[in-house]
Amino acid sequence: MSTKSIMIVGVGGQGTLLSSRIIGNALIKQGYDVKMSEVHGMAQRGGSVVTYVKYGEKVYSPIVEKASADIILAFEELEAARWISYLKEDGILIMNTQKINPMPVIIGAAEYPKNITAKIKETVGRCISLDALSLAKKAGTVKAVNVVLIGVMAKAAGYDKDLWLEALGNTVPARFLEINKKAFELGYEVD
Amino acid sequence: MKKLMLGNDAVARGVYEAGATVVSSYPGTPSTEITESLSKYDEIYSEWAPNEKVALEVAAGASIAGARAFSAMKHVGLNVAADPLFTMSYIGSNGGLVIAVADDPGMHSSQNEQDSRHYAIASKTVMLEPADSQEAKDYTIKAFDISEEFDTPVLVRLSTRISHSQSLVELQERREVELKEYTCNPSKNVMMPAMGRRRHVFVEERILKLKKYAEESGINEIELKDRSIGIISSGIAYQYAKEVFPDASFLKIGMPYPLPDKMILDFAGHVHKLIVIEELDPIIEEHCKALGLKVTGKNKLPLCGEYSADLLGHNLLGTEKGTYSLNEDILPVRPPVMCAGCPHRGFYHAVNRLKLIVTGDIGCYTLGALPPLNALDTCICMGAGFTAAHGFNKARGSEFSKKVIGVMGDSTFTHSGITGLVDIIYNKGISTVVVLDNSITGMTGHQNNPVNGFTIKGEKTKQVDIEKLAYAIGFERVRIVDPFDVDNTVKVLREETKADEPSLIIVQRPCALLKSVKYNGCTAVDQEKCRRCMMCMKIGCPAISDIDGRITIDETICVGCGLCTRVCKFGAMALKEDCKVEY
Repeated sequence: MSTKSIMIVGVGGQGTLLSSRIIGNALIKQGYDVKMSEVHGMAQRGGSVVTYVKYGEKVYSPIVEKASADIILAFEELEAARWISYLKEDGILIMNTQKINPMPVIIGAAEYPKNITAKIKETVGRCISLDALSLAKKAGTVKAVNVVLIGVMAKAAGYDKDLWLEALGNTVPARFLEINKKAFELGYEVD
Repeated sequence: MKKLMLGNDAVARGVYEAGATVVSSYPGTPSTEITESLSKYDEIYSEWAPNEKVALEVAAGASIAGARAFSAMKHVGLNVAADPLFTMSYIGSNGGLVIAVADDPGMHSSQNEQDSRHYAIASKTVMLEPADSQEAKDYTIKAFDISEEFDTPVLVRLSTRISHSQSLVELQERREVELKEYTCNPSKNVMMPAMGRRRHVFVEERILKLKKYAEESGINEIELKDRSIGIISSGIAYQYAKEVFPDASFLKIGMPYPLPDKMILDFAGHVHKLIVIEELDPIIEEHCKALGLKVTGKNKLPLCGEYSADLLGHNLLGTEKGTYSLNEDILPVRPPVMCAGCPHRGFYHAVNRLKLIVTGDIGCYTLGALPPLNALDTCICMGAGFTAAHGFNKARGSEFSKKVIGVMGDSTFTHSGITGLVDIIYNKGISTVVVLDNSITGMTGHQNNPVNGFTIKGEKTKQVDIEKLAYAIGFERVRIVDPFDVDNTVKVLREETKADEPSLIIVQRPCALLKSVKYNGCTAVDQEKCRRCMMCMKIGCPAISDIDGRITIDETICVGCGLCTRVCKFGAMALKEDCKVEY
């Protein structure tokens, strides 16, 4: 098979790094060559962050290029807009409609663009938008936004569900596993 | 067993499998996880040193004493450690001595974009450069072997995309390596002119032997396919090139110094067009040109920033891609910010009330340079926060100096701040300098340091007492403040900057992300009391926004630190009832 690419985009502190690790863990179990790229350090501090996961028979570069992501998992609305050029023509964009104001908006130097979700839906072929924050709260913690989104992705991409629950068990600390399983299921049920 | 591993974890695994026993490093993105990962192996002694020079000297001593020793640092860290590196090149090694150095093309988390390969050339040592996690582990092990076989320190060059990418690694058992015998050998280990002259001859002979190794060992590989294009590349750039030119012939350089002349000429003879693809400086390219070869390289590819497959496709093949785009004007950028609850925010707010000039330094608190705080005037390198303030003092005199403060964090203070204090006292300066003590090395992801009193393994140890140290150096004015007590911080800053003698202010409050810090979020806004004076917006807290004419707290971000309640003059900001913050 040709190499598949997943991008996870969001705001530093939203748990994008952990989700890429859960995804990587699940894919490696299926025997793929997997490469992932992360951002640590300064960029993590509330900045725009992106992590890449690529898998297939043989992966060279760990970086996802423009117009080549099969799936983009966007944790925040503005970040979905920022990275949209990386989506493949027939790729799926899964986006959390949560809005987090960046500092230029907070201090009034810029405006948070209006109706992003609607504009994105008009633009890209396949887009699933959801309020993952509410679902995470329903599961028991706002911190589970990442796992809700992984649930949505597993369903949308047709991945085997059990494999992902197993990967969750391997990646998430035992005491948070139940909440995270619940978050995954809530995401998986999203149409 | 194959495991998905971060490049940095793979380097650590290589150090472990190679049987090393002593590790000393200073954290620095993107190298930090190497040593964090090593601290989990009980067979290896590991430590955080106060700075990279100390770290490399510890590793050098351990190597001379017979152990396989290792140190990891970021590219600018090697500037600090350059002194021991250059002389260790002459001394060589007893137990293998390996230094991992992580470059940051694109400056994801650095103040410059220097290319560490220059250090291998200038110090006349050896450099290996892996292109994925498996090679990161394999090359690290090889580096120890080369170090011992050729009597040299060996550099392993990483970059952000190697250090912070994960790929599959085959794990092996640790090789148990006995300590090498230690014998007193001044002609090799005491570098004075007479010995140095002899060792320089050895170093030049060593390079010739290493050049032979570069040709024959297999660390550099030729892969002949389509002969119309031949690409010479190394590290992460090799992976981008493989994606864009899957059918081309390749000379993959695993050892960027010294380079294999014969192999390069041989490869060039097999291909029609030669392209060198390397991030940052044209080191391989210039070498090829010196060999008389015609190459495509920096005439098409940039010197600045990191590469990508898209960039190579565009610049070398003219590939244009159709992409999705929103018909939207430029989207607002999202620069990094100080976290909600960050103690530095209170400090900079106080600084701004007094409109002080701030010579800053490297750490989370560098983010105070960004809007809305806009508090920093300079940021040069670690330590310059204090010394640059002294420079302002000497350039523009005492009265001007009373408007200037030098600022750095606790970890930076033990890294390079102490000598600055000595300079100010010794040379009769009057600067006011500030240590922002948040009890952790923050920006690199929470490492213990000599000021917080815990070792790399979390064991309790002696704590460097900044206050006593300052008194011992000769400071007579030392003050301690809580940055969330903004009024007092302003008062102390005003008093100390006015003084005709030097002062040290220790600003103490732990990082809000530390597990031991418990704020019981969050804050709420009483809209009746709010006069929209916008004072709360001036502190630049990511949890506070002005949405549709109402000051609003984002509960998913607010930790309840209470700083805004102290800044608001109308009592409109209040912690919710279940929320108690101790000042």
